[in-house]
Amino acid sequence: MNHSIPSGGFFDNEGKPAWLAWLTTTDHKRIGLLYFYSLTVFFLVGVILGLLMRLELINPGKDLVEAQTYNGLFTLHGVIMIFLFVIPGVPAVFGNIALPLLLGARDVAFPKLNLLSWYLYIGGAILALSTLLVGDGPPDTGWTFYAPYSVKTGTNVSMAVLAAFILGFSSILTGLNFLTTIHRMRCPGMSWFKMPLFAWALYATSWIQLLATPVVGITLLMIVVERWLGIGLFDPALGGDPVLYQHLFWIYSHPAVYIMILPGMGVISEIMPTFSRRRIFGYKAIAYSSLAIAFIGYFVWGHHMFTSGMSGPARIIFSILTFLVAIPSAIKVFNWLATMYGGSIDMKPPMLYALGFIFLFLIGGLTGLVNGALATDVHIHDTYFVVGHFHYVMFGGTGFAFFAALHYWFPKIYGRMYDVKAATRAFWVLFTGFNVLYFPMLVVGMMGMPRRYYDYLPQFHLPNLISTVGSWITVAGLIYMIVVLVKGYRKGATASANPWDGLTLDWQTDSPPSKENFDTIPTVTEGPYEYK
Amino acid sequence: MNTGASSFSQGVDTAFIVILSISLFFLVGITVAMIWFVIRYNRKRNPKPRDVKDNTKLEIIWTVIPTILVLVMFYYGWIGYTPMRKVPNGAMEVKATGRMWSWQFDYPNGKQSNVLVVPLGKPVKLDLYSPDVLHSLYIPAFRIKEDVVPGLNNYMWFQADKLGEYDILCAEYCGVQHAYMLSKVKVVPEEEFLVWFNTREPESDTLESVGLQILKKNGCLACHSQDGSKLVGPSFKELAGSQRKVTTSSGEEKTVIADDAYIERSIYDPNAEIVEGFSKNLMVSYKEQITPEEVKEIVQFLKTLNEKK
Repeated sequence: MNHSIPSGGFFDNEGKPAWLAWLTTTDHKRIGLLYFYSLTVFFLVGVILGLLMRLELINPGKDLVEAQTYNGLFTLHGVIMIFLFVIPGVPAVFGNIALPLLLGARDVAFPKLNLLSWYLYIGGAILALSTLLVGDGPPDTGWTFYAPYSVKTGTNVSMAVLAAFILGFSSILTGLNFLTTIHRMRCPGMSWFKMPLFAWALYATSWIQLLATPVVGITLLMIVVERWLGIGLFDPALGGDPVLYQHLFWIYSHPAVYIMILPGMGVISEIMPTFSRRRIFGYKAIAYSSLAIAFIGYFVWGHHMFTSGMSGPARIIFSILTFLVAIPSAIKVFNWLATMYGGSIDMKPPMLYALGFIFLFLIGGLTGLVNGALATDVHIHDTYFVVGHFHYVMFGGTGFAFFAALHYWFPKIYGRMYDVKAATRAFWVLFTGFNVLYFPMLVVGMMGMPRRYYDYLPQFHLPNLISTVGSWITVAGLIYMIVVLVKGYRKGATASANPWDGLTLDWQTDSPPSKENFDTIPTVTEGPYEYK
Repeated sequence: MNTGASSFSQGVDTAFIVILSISLFFLVGITVAMIWFVIRYNRKRNPKPRDVKDNTKLEIIWTVIPTILVLVMFYYGWIGYTPMRKVPNGAMEVKATGRMWSWQFDYPNGKQSNVLVVPLGKPVKLDLYSPDVLHSLYIPAFRIKEDVVPGLNNYMWFQADKLGEYDILCAEYCGVQHAYMLSKVKVVPEEEFLVWFNTREPESDTLESVGLQILKKNGCLACHSQDGSKLVGPSFKELAGSQRKVTTSSGEEKTVIADDAYIERSIYDPNAEIVEGFSKNLMVSYKEQITPEEVKEIVQFLKTLNEKK
């Protein structure tokens, strides 16, 4: 037992003051941790906003805040969670920390650019949060900034939109960095199909970041131009087209959904073989399905607009394309399941979070089919069903994958182990709370309660009440998880270099790894999960 | 989910049942398999993993079967949906206006209503119109929803096949009163509908002043009361000629007299002067919707609210 914070390896400040060593670092592991700490802060802010929303909705009528405040709450909850947590999420934190380790490289291809991405992220984040404090009040448009409301409202939309614009650049540069790293920096012997699947997932993700993010950048700038210069792009009163805005917005924001989920799936593909002690089933199928999701994901944005006034044939084409994108996800789930078959399964917290991911992602994915079918989408579009669906995918999927990755690489990063039993209990609290919080949303959405409602009709009361109680259990689970991890960080037992018996290269170096990752660059001869 | 009450309900509900049953089958199946594997292949019970080779046949099976199933789902979604965009000939056309934050229905004979009254078993087409921002007309019991888009001639139609009153909600976020942009659709027997349709409520034509009609037509009363109660905006009661503490757009606080020019300013440039106790940016300019002549009528009407006291 040691009683100080982790030291050694890349935690060595090399004689510089700690703050200077961290803020000027170009080490991928340190940048990953910078992202991790800042993301955690924003995530917790988002959680508090969400908690306040649920509290307001515990009963019909006013409970806590005024309608205008509530509208600001859900907008900021969405903007913070989507742009500051879920989109950067797994790639910025665990991509940065693990990708070079998995590839047997000393760093990413452009370490300085990597640090710049973090500064852009922080700049965008500060701009987004300052909409709370300055000007005419927080934006009240929802995270989608739909025109023409976003053009007309007097709240701080321009600033929030500019913040999203800057955050977009952070995302593009990270994507570019990872693409180059994967192409150019794999260690000797690591051919494409000997690459760990997390790297494949990041590869597919990076292409989306690089190609889709510029579209939203331009769209958001168009809103600013319309607001400041009065040029009619989206507001029909100025001669614009509001449906055009929705197209442009979703051309980015739907592929962005895969930016959010693909890296999470990559994490699961690392954890399943390690804790089943078995070669992953269908390596190529999983790798190709990541690329397929990234590719088809570009052509399905219209399913956000089935009731928007888009032409009839377009609605039908988007519906069928949407169903096609479900197939590669299904293939992944079946292969994960087959990986467990005949394995030797160790139910440690990372595995538990991974299985939690599969269950919650299944509900999220299957309810997505309801959204993809035209007849059913018309009924549940813009209702709480959609809110429930995307929380199952984004929080149950990406969020749980993030927690899985955190529990998986925690001993590698800090060289210490958390209390495994307590972490298991925290999982069950969180998992229970999650379902109590979000399942009633699916029900109340089917009953016809629209989303973004400050107040609701009496028949929607019970599911809302249950959901609010669920939000308390969820937050209790989150706090419990954080307490366990912080304890592990401060006082945890020293972890060995390879506590989970992993075969990938990240486990073949010290915990915490040295600044250079490896004493000598490794050479690989086999695939990543060849358990014998 | 409540039972459906339109000709679309059956198609939509069938699609729901097909998709949800297939989904439930996979959810339960995969979860049970997962739990079974965790127990059966636990490290304690099964310390040595078996080497299982990749199986192309299996990969093909679990690619092809989901593909077929999702195409089945697509099909049910499609056939349940197609009739929603095909308006039958002879449907009664009603103009449905969604504005911040109320619904209004204009019938072919000029009759206006805030409640959508329709005859049982007859097709009704709604021409959707918005003067301000996006709204979405949603009738859960009919399983229909369509966005009301400013500048676009969007439409929806339905045929109610159960008597009763059903909720109309706005499903596209439209500002502070979004959750209160509610109405009802009242399905009545055709004879009853015709009686209602052909009755001109006397007060709406003869007794009601032109100014009040303009206020109603533009949905002003959703936010401005006539009896002094405080809604989103200041009440109209005893407004004309009163002294009002306002904050200008530059942040300056001053007291002004609510004269004719003030009322016109408040309609055309509502955020220029905000009355104490109210928030700005909740009202948009009505320059496009209300003519200067109509403003004069409104002023006349507001003055009558003072005389009554």
